[in-house]
Amino acid sequence: MRTLSTGFLWVCLVIITSPALGQTESEIDILRVELAQMRADYEARITLLEQRLDDAEQRAQQQFQQAGQAVSQVDSWQEDISASQVDVGGDNVFNPALGVIFQGQAWSYENDPDDYLIPGFPLGGEAGPLPEGLALGEIEINISANVDDKFTAWLTLPIAIEDGETEVEVEEAWIETMKMPAGLSLRMGRFYSNIGYLNDKHAHSWDFADQPLVYQAFLGNQYLDDGVQLRWLAPTDLYIELGAEVTRGARYPAGGAGHSGFGSFALHAVTGGDIGFSHSWRAGISYLQAEADERVSGTEDEALLFSGQSELLMAEFIWKWSPNGNFRQRNFVFQTEFFWRNEDGVYDLTGSENLPYDNDQLGWYMQAVFQPVPRWRVGLRYDQLSSDNPGPAYMDTPLMPASTDPRRYSVMADWSNSEFSRLRLQYTLDQAGSDDDRQWGLQYTFSIGAHGAHAF
Amino acid sequence: MKTIILLILLPLIPLVSKADLNIFACEPEWAALAEEIGGKTVKTSSATHALQDPHYIQARPSLIAKVRQADLLVCSGAQLEIGWLPLLLRKGNNPDVMPGMAGFLEASMYVKRLGITTNTDRSQGDVHPQGNPHIQTNPHNILLVAEAMAERMLQLDEDNAQIYEQGLADFKMRWIDAIADWEKRAAQLRGKRVIAHHKSWIYLEDWLGLEEVATLEAVSGIPPSASHLAVLLDQFGDSAAADFIIRAPYQSEKPSQWLSERTGIPAVMLPLSVGGSKQAKDLFSMFDDILERLLSAKS
Repeated sequence: MRTLSTGFLWVCLVIITSPALGQTESEIDILRVELAQMRADYEARITLLEQRLDDAEQRAQQQFQQAGQAVSQVDSWQEDISASQVDVGGDNVFNPALGVIFQGQAWSYENDPDDYLIPGFPLGGEAGPLPEGLALGEIEINISANVDDKFTAWLTLPIAIEDGETEVEVEEAWIETMKMPAGLSLRMGRFYSNIGYLNDKHAHSWDFADQPLVYQAFLGNQYLDDGVQLRWLAPTDLYIELGAEVTRGARYPAGGAGHSGFGSFALHAVTGGDIGFSHSWRAGISYLQAEADERVSGTEDEALLFSGQSELLMAEFIWKWSPNGNFRQRNFVFQTEFFWRNEDGVYDLTGSENLPYDNDQLGWYMQAVFQPVPRWRVGLRYDQLSSDNPGPAYMDTPLMPASTDPRRYSVMADWSNSEFSRLRLQYTLDQAGSDDDRQWGLQYTFSIGAHGAHAF
Repeated sequence: MKTIILLILLPLIPLVSKADLNIFACEPEWAALAEEIGGKTVKTSSATHALQDPHYIQARPSLIAKVRQADLLVCSGAQLEIGWLPLLLRKGNNPDVMPGMAGFLEASMYVKRLGITTNTDRSQGDVHPQGNPHIQTNPHNILLVAEAMAERMLQLDEDNAQIYEQGLADFKMRWIDAIADWEKRAAQLRGKRVIAHHKSWIYLEDWLGLEEVATLEAVSGIPPSASHLAVLLDQFGDSAAADFIIRAPYQSEKPSQWLSERTGIPAVMLPLSVGGSKQAKDLFSMFDDILERLLSAKS
């Protein structure tokens, strides 16, 4: 800038002085001196101006930092916000949240797990011991996103390896409303029923490697079916949630999609609250009525077909403690559930067709998990089942209960480096099967990508 | 001028106690701010208290019941509550407070967020791609959120518009005075070097011109390890190259005490939210106490 101005002055000078070319040397000398003076003067002024500018800047800076200038500072803070909120656009922004859960294990049994049988409680669905030896288990892919302002969608695709074949299933696939009025919400598609406490919990969030016996015996591990679910949350300080579901009835304890594909319905009521900062609880009851049409249970060699109605009543109670509510530091969770079941219909056993069956069964479990320090947990669980005698016609069949009630004791210890990784050791003394069994299991659970928060 | 007119007009307006605006805050500082603005017209509750780590609470039934009844939800955001808030919203069945609605206010979206990172690898621990969510430790941020909050209150409860306008004007006046006072008092803290337990204080450091030289956590969100503390002891043992070791009330005092005893650098607990110390009864006393604790810890 300065050189430009100086150059301009030189040009002006040449123009001014050109007519005077013939003038004497002394005049030129005078002009030269004047010009030099002008130049010096000009440069001095610029330096002065620069000095002033610097001063002003410094003063502004001081003012900026000085007390009492809060307001001007607020403005500058505000101006910067827009800069910090710039987001990179593109189609990827709308990609759904993607998460993958790896769950692998190694189990050791004294008895052959393929022959596992609880007398009186032929297992259906996914129930039964985990595979013996090292196994990849399940890889669970979760995909979720909001559809628009009113709907959200969830998809769970487990990849399982069974008998050397890789299978991709649709485990859960549901749409849920977000903007229904009056405390209502509607879910439709395929989902884990909201009955009980553990039924809608994914395997990776269980406190033990396997489900309690009641879930195995009465729900085929977890009741999963296609249908609709309506939930209503009361506008009260005490948490009260009521829910109703109608499902297809294609899966254990239902079967064959009875009632033209409206085979089962369920109701649930849950309440809960806090006591101080450190205690919280949840209690609920649920009812499931499932229509069974040639429902399959038992072992592969000896499949049992049941047709009739299965009714299940469930009660749950959960109590959690953590000092000041800092759950991650230290916590204790007590959890128990009671199940009562009546099944009324006919069994189609090999060799004897349509044997009437009307029987009551019950079962419960109780477990306590303690986390004394961050990352480490230990847990104890006790399981028990009990069945009435279905009648002499069932002598020597898998439906005849043993003389002692099936029971099971489990101990586990796990370590989680973060909420995304966990290693677990479990020991189970199983007195439910036909012979006592000592079972050891090692399990890992890792989660990458998006991972939704776990429910209470 | 507007304030003066409002001050004159205010007694003329009959104070009809309409249905209160029910405000559910994720953190106590936002409940306190809502009370500063709305006074008795708002009913506030907070999901967490100052002795709780807001990253990690359970989505308890009691909180779902509160979300159901809330007119306005105020949360720090920037993924601070990612472990529990989405679940509360999903289970709460309250369309008015879903993200995008007037009843959902994410405080961190109204301030200049620091610590925004594009490195979202979980090996780095708890990463917040949208920036550090602990915005409440700079009082200028509080002022920005106050404006946003008052705007939402006006929008949701027009009948009490005057109360919120007046409340905001009154709060702003007192708050700006307080900031001036704090900045005067804190001038001598400029340039002091801080070792923080967790990156909970970068807004405070930015405001007061403190320099964070280390954190007790080697990886954000993973509790301080013995090996990392030994490294810090090596680094700060002889040279006394730090002035404070600071932590929030819900963070274990053991790591900072351990390092303090061996280095002579004072360990200071600072209230990260309202209720974080006996003195921090409201937002004003919270900052008073933060400064008091830093100034008196100075050797």
